[in-house]
Amino acid sequence: MKVLVGVKRVADAYVRVRVKSDGTGVDLTNTKMAINPFCEIAVEEAIRLKEAGHATEVIAVSIGPTSSMEQIRTALALGADRGILVETAEAPEPLSVAKVLKAIVKKEEVDLVILGKQSIDTDNNQVGQMLAALCDMPQGTFACNAELKGSSVEITREIDGGEQTVLLTLPAVVTTDLRLNEPRYASLPNIMKAKKKPVDHVSPDDLGVQIVSNIQTLSVTPPNERSAGIKVDSVSELVEKLRNEAKVI
Amino acid sequence: MSTLVIAEHDNSSLKNSVLNTITAAAAIGDAVDVLIAGADCKSAADEAASMKGVRKVILADSPAYLNQLPEALAPLVVAESGDYSHLFAAATTAGKNLMPRVAALLDVGQISDIVEVKSTDTFVRPIYAGNAMATVQSFDPTKVVTVRTTAFAEAAKGGSADVSVSNHVTDQTMAQFLGEQLSVSERPELTAASIIVSGGRGMQDGANFALLEKVADKLGAAIGASRAAVDAGFVPNDYQVGQTGKIVAPDLYIAVGISGAIQHLAGMKDSKVIVAVNKDEEAPIFQVADFGLVADLFEALPELEKAL
Ligand SMILES: Cc1cc2nc3c(=O)[nH]c(=O)nc-3n(C[C@H](O)[C@H](O)[C@H](O)COP(=O)(O)OP(=O)(O)OC[C@H]3O[C@@H](n4cnc5c(N)ncnc54)[C@H](O)[C@@H]3O)c2cc1C
Ligand SMILES: Nc1ncnc2c1ncn2[C@@H]1O[C@H](COP(=O)(O)O)[C@@H](O)[C@H]1O
Repeated sequence: MKVLVGVKRVADAYVRVRVKSDGTGVDLTNTKMAINPFCEIAVEEAIRLKEAGHATEVIAVSIGPTSSMEQIRTALALGADRGILVETAEAPEPLSVAKVLKAIVKKEEVDLVILGKQSIDTDNNQVGQMLAALCDMPQGTFACNAELKGSSVEITREIDGGEQTVLLTLPAVVTTDLRLNEPRYASLPNIMKAKKKPVDHVSPDDLGVQIVSNIQTLSVTPPNERSAGIKVDSVSELVEKLRNEAKVI
Repeated sequence: MSTLVIAEHDNSSLKNSVLNTITAAAAIGDAVDVLIAGADCKSAADEAASMKGVRKVILADSPAYLNQLPEALAPLVVAESGDYSHLFAAATTAGKNLMPRVAALLDVGQISDIVEVKSTDTFVRPIYAGNAMATVQSFDPTKVVTVRTTAFAEAAKGGSADVSVSNHVTDQTMAQFLGEQLSVSERPELTAASIIVSGGRGMQDGANFALLEKVADKLGAAIGASRAAVDAGFVPNDYQVGQTGKIVAPDLYIAVGISGAIQHLAGMKDSKVIVAVNKDEEAPIFQVADFGLVADLFEALPELEKAL
């Protein structure tokens, strides 16, 4: 079974990004970049499938600028077998990402695609569902547990009211939630080994995909900031304020 | 131009999120229709028909839609989408699961989690966990949108729309529903509550959530949690508030033993009044709190319960 994972390059989850003063976007100069945390969980899940003898090969794909090579190398250091870098000037919109991934799924005859549930920069939460639609595959989104059952995969999904379990016939697309697993750290020897693992460079053209942009960002502004209120000295003062000042209880 | 709202329901009644979505859809300025797909779900369709501002309800009633799996629903929505310029659903886990699948089948983009309708093709949505707001314009022929429910009021009752029947049935076997473990609680639902009391890692263990529950009982509040509290197994995952959990905006949000990481703030900073109880006076949560109490929660919570 071949497993494909998507690794997106994003600003590190713990840096606080600033909006550019001209309102064209967020300022990422000198910002620490990382693998999208949900993608890291996807890589971990794929590697575990390989370690359990279910997966024969784990391929890590990133679509974006040349610098995304770093995230592919990280995935390789964690245990992915090879990488594909699909070079574009910047990360495309979800529909185009899904089309690129579809082309790779077909070419490589992938049986299972594991993606993150959401990019933490654009907060889209779309690519997995779109890819599943384009490939006419079932989707197990927001997965907190995945178990292979013959030619199917059983997925427990985190939903608003609790959890839901579905059985998907392979090939299928799974997207990861935070509690699916705890990603390992790459060891130094594995980081060295990763440098020798093969990475294909391709363009969207090579895959026969045209990158389109139908959703244009007109402006990016800071959110309404809340200012800090007051500190109260005691529980009784707090209750008094909530009753008489804020009038919320 | 008109908008089709894809409604979430449990086959008998509508989820509250549908009401906020109808309001967002009405902001487009044209007629709003509602699609109810399920099994034996006529009562949910009747409920939708009674909402103000709804022109027509389309009812797709078939065992194929019993669990509203996206593999079955997406082709139905596409089949019914012909007359619509806009397809709207709430940005709940169900809406997020379905709408990108619909958009891809239509070969259009999808716009997630809007908080404002600027015009028929322009919307505002948070990015970077709410640290920036993007105004985006769609050039697609059909706008497929999910709506952040906390940003829109609930539609009122007082309509009497017609219910028409869709005969489209999707046959799919690729995805099979096996079961659901839904949390049962006497408390209000997190996203619908006007008061929420949330606990974080500072609660130390699940048993200590009893302290929060006593306060919540007095206030008629829902209980929430940080990711750290959920990960540590103190409470189930559906309690999680934040970027990757639930987005809430109650009248009163009380954060107890929560540090205030950006991912947590993303889920609650639009609350009307925020209270923080934390023993660390430097905790970032105090930067967004209207009322901060620097205290040990194990002393403050019993006191609070008594004082209410
Ligand atoms: C991709 C990603 C997505 C995430 N999504 C979310 C999300 O949706 N929601 C979310 O919440 N987090 C999310 N996180 C995690 C987030 O970054 C923080 O790790 C998490 O919110 C911390 O939870 P906490 O505040 O409970 O724990 P901590 O940060 O450990 O804070 C505990 C607080 O309790 C206080 N405390 C301890 N003991 C006491 C006491 N006796 N009395 C009073 N105060 C006490 C401490 O002073 C401290 O401030 C996400 C992280 C990533 C990387
Ligand atoms: N540019 C990209 N390159 C590789 N994978 C991506 C890219 N964009 C999105 N993905 C995958 O799709 C998931 C969901 O992304 P999104 O729909 O953008 O929130 C991510 O966690 C990745 O696994």
